[in-house]
Amino acid sequence: MKKLALALAATAALVLSIGSAAEAAEKTKVCFVYVGTRTDGGWTQAHENGRLQVEKEFADKVETSFLESVPEGPDAERAIERMARSGCSLIFTTSFGYMDATVAVAKKFPKVKFEHATGFKAADNVATYNSRFYEGRYISGIIAGKLSKTGTAGYIASFPIPEVVMGINAFETGAKSVNPNFKMKVIWVNTWFDPGKEADAAKALLDQGVDILTQHTDTTAPMQVAEQRGVKAFGQASDMIKAGPNVQLTAIIDTWGNYYVKRVQALLDGTWKSEQSWDGLKDGILTMAPYTNMPDDVKKLAEETEAKIKSGELHPFTGPINKQDGTPWLKAGEKADDGTLLGMNFYVEGVDDKLPAQ
Amino acid sequence: MSIFEAILLTVITASTPLVIAALGELVTERSGVLNLGVEGMMIIGAVGAFAAAQLTGSAYIGIVGGIVSGALFSLLFAFLTLTLVTNQVATGLALTILGLGASGMLGEAFVGAPGIRLLPIEIPVLSAIPYVGTVLFKQDLIFYLSILLVVGVNWFLFRSRTGLKIRAIGDNHASAHALGINVIRMRYLAVMFGGACAGLAGAQLSLIYTPQWTENMSSGRGWIALALVVFSSWRPWRLLAGGYLFGAVTILQLHAQAFGIGIPSQFLSMLPYAATVVVLIMISHNRRTTMINTPASLGKAFVPDR
Repeated sequence: MKKLALALAATAALVLSIGSAAEAAEKTKVCFVYVGTRTDGGWTQAHENGRLQVEKEFADKVETSFLESVPEGPDAERAIERMARSGCSLIFTTSFGYMDATVAVAKKFPKVKFEHATGFKAADNVATYNSRFYEGRYISGIIAGKLSKTGTAGYIASFPIPEVVMGINAFETGAKSVNPNFKMKVIWVNTWFDPGKEADAAKALLDQGVDILTQHTDTTAPMQVAEQRGVKAFGQASDMIKAGPNVQLTAIIDTWGNYYVKRVQALLDGTWKSEQSWDGLKDGILTMAPYTNMPDDVKKLAEETEAKIKSGELHPFTGPINKQDGTPWLKAGEKADDGTLLGMNFYVEGVDDKLPAQ
Repeated sequence: MSIFEAILLTVITASTPLVIAALGELVTERSGVLNLGVEGMMIIGAVGAFAAAQLTGSAYIGIVGGIVSGALFSLLFAFLTLTLVTNQVATGLALTILGLGASGMLGEAFVGAPGIRLLPIEIPVLSAIPYVGTVLFKQDLIFYLSILLVVGVNWFLFRSRTGLKIRAIGDNHASAHALGINVIRMRYLAVMFGGACAGLAGAQLSLIYTPQWTENMSSGRGWIALALVVFSSWRPWRLLAGGYLFGAVTILQLHAQAFGIGIPSQFLSMLPYAATVVVLIMISHNRRTTMINTPASLGKAFVPDR
């Protein structure tokens, strides 16, 4: 039985490789579906940079195409299906909200390969990929804990999904490691992309006494408010130093390019398999913008923390950590497992907000 | 500055573009033309203002750029619907889609450029009044313009001869035509006034609200402006109140969250829209008040007999 399966697999691989060889002549099509605009200066731009890297790497073998500003929800399914019909061999869908749509379209097109960013639903032709953003947010938290005078940071959050909650908790855990009484105020804007609303949220937080800002939304508007008010802030997804030359401390930079190149290579080689990839600082899928606008000792601490996370010496979610209501979550020395992180739906102690129901 | 003043300041910033864009649409609709392209004209105004400010280094020329680009863009709508007599609803929707796409293309070169912020103008004496002074008399030019526009449009529509003509063609274009009013020309001007206002609202977005250019930065504010016109039952002062109500609810829900008030954020985000629906129901409940103000030939094409 096992031999038969192997033989079948070998035949399939052969057929596949012939298939891709034939396609190579007319270029394999790799497609991207974006939630924002390519030039948002944040999340989508980071994916766009990855796409450009793919174009550069496989200039003669691969052509890419993309759809931008595709809203999450029913439109997403139509957009992804359109991509699948237009001859894409591999489709990257780059927002959490595309998860169900991606899986639904993948069922209809078993020959097309799909990769969904930041989701958790996979299938034989649906891989998922994510980045351990929380490692960067933990470092940001440490910097905030050192620099904040009021001991309160403001967090502009998009949607109450595990990804975002995990980021808030990582930030708080990092800050608490250097300032045990550190608090956080959170505003949910319920959008990924609305510069005006993000700016309003930033102003509301600053008016209520936070003195350091961080965001999990896609535009540079909060950074710009921080610059106007002279308050320190962290960039998100892309280096936002242009919007906050005097205030950006660092930024979490999504560096998807290497991953995209690796996966496209696997597709060309016929070795593409559905995997659930979750890499972090160590693998270079996540990088930190230069540590700026801070004293040297804080900069040194940030760099040391980054090195420790890279070497595996430090896991940001290491106990003792309590949940928001004071009940223990992790015992001293205990590390959170990936499953808990990916489904995170509770706050850790110190977050001054009530988590919206999902 | 107290938190109270701080909140009022952000409410004003959030409400001003809604009031201006809606006011322009109010005049357009009073003339009997329904232009659903406010979102498109607004975003064209935003990119026009940003580009003009960048190229000249002056935020004031930016304002002019926003107004002119909004007005010119609305001219396209006017030509299609008034001269070629296309369907107003479909053309308006197309105008929005075209505006969003074209602004993205035009603005590509300006993405990430540090914006030029329009600075507030302090009015002497008045700005020294406690509370009111900081909030109302240390504002930017576009805010002052928005108030003047409300006063001006109200006077124009209900006290001037031309305003009477506009309302006449909005209510019955055939009779107005019979009286010798040039319906098409008046409507062209009304549509362009609406475009200019939407452009000015867009300029507020890219010069004051968030002094930067980002694609799609209008984020649906044009649609809210359209709702405001109905909300106000085509009266400028009610429109001003409605715009500020909407802005206030938007800002207050953010502050409620930062205060840690335990109401679900999704519910709070919904509030401005829920408030619109509630008021719409309240207004339409009284059939007389709605029917009196709705321009009777709104959305109907006019073809003069030759």
